[in-house]
Amino acid sequence: MDFNYTEEQLALQDTLRRFIAKDYAFEHRRALAKSADGFDREAWKTFADFGILALPFHEDFGGMNGNAVDTMLVMEMLGRGLALEPYVSTVVLCGGLIRDAGSAAQKEALLPAIAAGELMLALAHYESGGRYAVDHVATTAKPAGSGWTLDGAKAVVLGAPSADTLIVSARDGKGLSLFLVDAKAPGLTLRAYPTQDGARAADVKLSGVEVGAAALIGSAGAALPLVERALDYANAALCAEAVGIMSALNEVTLEYLKTRKQFGVPIGKFQALQHRMADMVIATEQARSMATLAAVRVDSADAAERSRAVAAAKAYVTQSARLVGQQAVQLHGGMGVVDELNVAHYFKRLTMIGLSFGDADYHLGRFSDTLLAA
Amino acid sequence: MDLNFTAEEQSFRDEVRGFLRAKLPGEISRKVLGGKRLEKNDFVRWQRILHAQGWGAAAWPQAFGGTGWNAVQQHIFDEECADAGAPLQLPFGLKMVAPVIMAFGNPAQQQYFLPRIVDGTDWWCQGYSEPGSGSDLASLKTRAVREGDHYVVNGQKTWNTLGQYADWIFCLVRTSTEGRQQEGISFLLIDMKTPGIEVRPIIMLDGEHEINEVWFEDVKVPVQNLIGEENKGWTYAKFLLGHERTGIAGVGRSKRELKKLKDIAAKETAHGRPLIEDQRFRDRIAQVELELMALEITNLRVISAEGEKKRAPGPEASILKIKGSEIQQMLTELKMQALGHYALPYIEDALDADWTGDPLMEAYADHAAPLAGQYFNFRKTTIYGGSNEIQKNIISQMILGL
Repeated sequence: MDFNYTEEQLALQDTLRRFIAKDYAFEHRRALAKSADGFDREAWKTFADFGILALPFHEDFGGMNGNAVDTMLVMEMLGRGLALEPYVSTVVLCGGLIRDAGSAAQKEALLPAIAAGELMLALAHYESGGRYAVDHVATTAKPAGSGWTLDGAKAVVLGAPSADTLIVSARDGKGLSLFLVDAKAPGLTLRAYPTQDGARAADVKLSGVEVGAAALIGSAGAALPLVERALDYANAALCAEAVGIMSALNEVTLEYLKTRKQFGVPIGKFQALQHRMADMVIATEQARSMATLAAVRVDSADAAERSRAVAAAKAYVTQSARLVGQQAVQLHGGMGVVDELNVAHYFKRLTMIGLSFGDADYHLGRFSDTLLAA
Repeated sequence: MDLNFTAEEQSFRDEVRGFLRAKLPGEISRKVLGGKRLEKNDFVRWQRILHAQGWGAAAWPQAFGGTGWNAVQQHIFDEECADAGAPLQLPFGLKMVAPVIMAFGNPAQQQYFLPRIVDGTDWWCQGYSEPGSGSDLASLKTRAVREGDHYVVNGQKTWNTLGQYADWIFCLVRTSTEGRQQEGISFLLIDMKTPGIEVRPIIMLDGEHEINEVWFEDVKVPVQNLIGEENKGWTYAKFLLGHERTGIAGVGRSKRELKKLKDIAAKETAHGRPLIEDQRFRDRIAQVELELMALEITNLRVISAEGEKKRAPGPEASILKIKGSEIQQMLTELKMQALGHYALPYIEDALDADWTGDPLMEAYADHAAPLAGQYFNFRKTTIYGGSNEIQKNIISQMILGL
């Protein structure tokens, strides 16, 4: 039983904290969200210098041999800064898939490039009409020569507009398979848009997109457990990001309660508001516990244990984030609903985290169903 | 960052488990697990068994006859005891008055009282609340007037838990009306056999006699039973309340009761199918389990921090109290709800371990009888030990500085 970070982890946390405070201030972030890319390519290079783009990869491929607890620490700091860079898409989801299932050649070609900040990826998996069901994939992969032809449509692919390469899930005769697809491949079209929280996503259409034999990740038809695992990693990371945001939101809200005066006193003197703030602190501490559980268990080799912990954490953290986000806005009064203050932006990001890769109901259901097996 | 217990902690758990298997009497654990009435002797007998093992006071330092266990070991011990169905070691002596006697009592008081607590000789009860002093505890009015080598105590205490069995009561009394109300309070230890003390039952909403009023009429208390200094009692009282909150997360007991809830939901049926297969009810169980998973880790985080800094739990104990009590209430509510129709019957004798009356339905005799009563009884958990609203005041003021 040890809840401490190592010296190295603390040093990394400190580095990121200082970067966020100095080079990723709120006004900078606000401008970025409105820029063409929607994120900071300079910051991405800095992330490469910090080593966080290499974090979860083996040192043989330019990686740092990090685990999910390292990712938790990074995500918490990125959350505090409301970082817009597609870290989860590129490093956690796609990097994780290549690390766990890629061939030696794929790892050698892709992981060092991700680590160096030279390659961005996005996972094109979910499709419309299936909500969060992981196995709801109608996109097809038909054998063509030594490779495949892909046809279908993918919904709200996070990070797609900046991705150099997409990882696309598709059904072949055997089951679900994953393919590396060049973002500029003929037949692949993106309908790109910003998301509510200032990030970028796209609906992706595949019409007769041809990929070669080397595009297949893992074995044909065996991708479902890979995707499930990658999504568990992504959700564990989002839990940590949410905890970082909730902590930051509590800090600014507390400061507001101490400085905003009405009726001649700071509004934090009113018990109705004190108790709400206490509820927010309790919810955040409990969420931190669950994010920690998710980070520690997501690396487990036992898929059932891993999924159960992540489902529990994502459901719980989402519920806590909803409470903290909504109440932070409420306690800020009119200032909570304006664009110029960071409060609303924290709130929007928390809300979108709760709707990405499965909402609270979906994950509660996933967890709940494990009670039947018990 | 590691959520696993170390090999030493694991083997400690095995040792505790082995002890419980060998020494916890089945007739006691069956009562605890079945939600039956416990008698005074059940508590005393278990305390003596623990004492014989040297485990009578898990949280005490060895110098006073405790185990000297660290916070993680204490947590493991609590969890295993709860799981096995050991009776809760009542906190009034072990966790409330004893830490005060250790920290502020004189050597004579320590030598007399502490061994009698750990070996089960003395049963202690609490004399804090008064009819007019609940959350505003410092407004208390019970008077103690010094006359020679005695104090003469007059007044009334209430919400006194199991005082009908008690040998001693620790009391906050007013020894001065000057200055702030907190400054005129003293901490007295009073022998329950002293003339002038009357214990009057308060019957709770579940029909049980668990709490009392205690009346004091010209009760003579020797001055050597004063803890620390006269008029400094509020300091000791706050110290005591800080300790009271620590075990209150009740993670071990809630894990046991969650298991029981799942067990009941597997036995009760609807449309011929186990209730657990009803998604609406199952999701509600799942929701409580999430809360409990989070609390378990939060509790361990607080425990680990205490262990490293060697300090008493601070205001973060309020978080444990709030979430712990809310979870206990959710569990009792769901257990009751799981019974459907059979939540309604109230058969007083069915709570006795040796009840042999008409069992109505098998399920009633097996698990249903105590559950609605537990739900009603457990409304107390968000009220006692400093109500949850008071805990939120503590968080706002002590942690957040509002």
